[in-house]
Amino acid sequence: MSQLIDFVIVSVVLVSIGVYGLVVKRNAIRMLFSIEIIINAANLNLVAFSRSLPNVQGQVFALFSIAIAAAEVAVGLGLIIIAYRLYKEIDVAEFKSMRG
Amino acid sequence: MVMFDVDPLFVGVSVLTVGSSIVALETKELIYGAIALAIGMMGIAGFFLLLDAPFVAMFQIAVYVGAVAVLIIFTVMLVRTQALFTTKEDKGRKGAGIVLMLVIMAGFGAILLVSGFNNPSYGNFNSPGIDFTAIGKEMLTYYSPALVVLGLTLAGSVVAALALARREDIEQPQ
Repeated sequence: MSQLIDFVIVSVVLVSIGVYGLVVKRNAIRMLFSIEIIINAANLNLVAFSRSLPNVQGQVFALFSIAIAAAEVAVGLGLIIIAYRLYKEIDVAEFKSMRG
Repeated sequence: MVMFDVDPLFVGVSVLTVGSSIVALETKELIYGAIALAIGMMGIAGFFLLLDAPFVAMFQIAVYVGAVAVLIIFTVMLVRTQALFTTKEDKGRKGAGIVLMLVIMAGFGAILLVSGFNNPSYGNFNSPGIDFTAIGKEMLTYYSPALVVLGLTLAGSVVAALALARREDIEQPQ
């Protein structure tokens, strides 16, 4: 039988992979993938703790988080399409006019 | 021997999820990356099933595999293929990313070990699972304002995405 710590370890591994992707990748869609992986690690933690306590609010927050992530992906992909139309490129290092 | 007393199903789902997350970031073709991400999301749904949360698992499959993955695949199809195949990451940056990943893993691992979290009496799943009717009850009573705001946020994001993607340079026929 698996324990809470096993799920937390998987969640830590997923967060690390997501941070690696955010740091290394310059492709905007791949950065969105990394954000999705981090959000899923957070959801996994919420549901695992909700199962362990047991407390229903963890699952409710996980559901809210999934819905918000869907909204974020819709807006993020809209922004990527606009950036592609402007720059003909989805490499974030090429979006020069956004530099401060 | 607590660490070796895990369920083989859990190990399989973990390998699937972590492996497909790595493939999603590292594969050359973005469309395969999107498919790998969808498989990773299925893996997360598998974790939710292992945690006796079938409602959240079905929601995860419906939203992530059904909507988000399809949305990403359509965006990949809309973006010119040449832009997707160019990989311009330098080796130093990649090395730094791997070091940062290992530092985060080691840091969180050390915190988990020091916190006494791996004590088997603490994080067990002996209590009965949560009935999904309780989720519905919470959502429609205490969290009902949050649910309404969430619905408005989703509607707003869909309108915003449509407004962002609208082309203004094309003349509309009168």
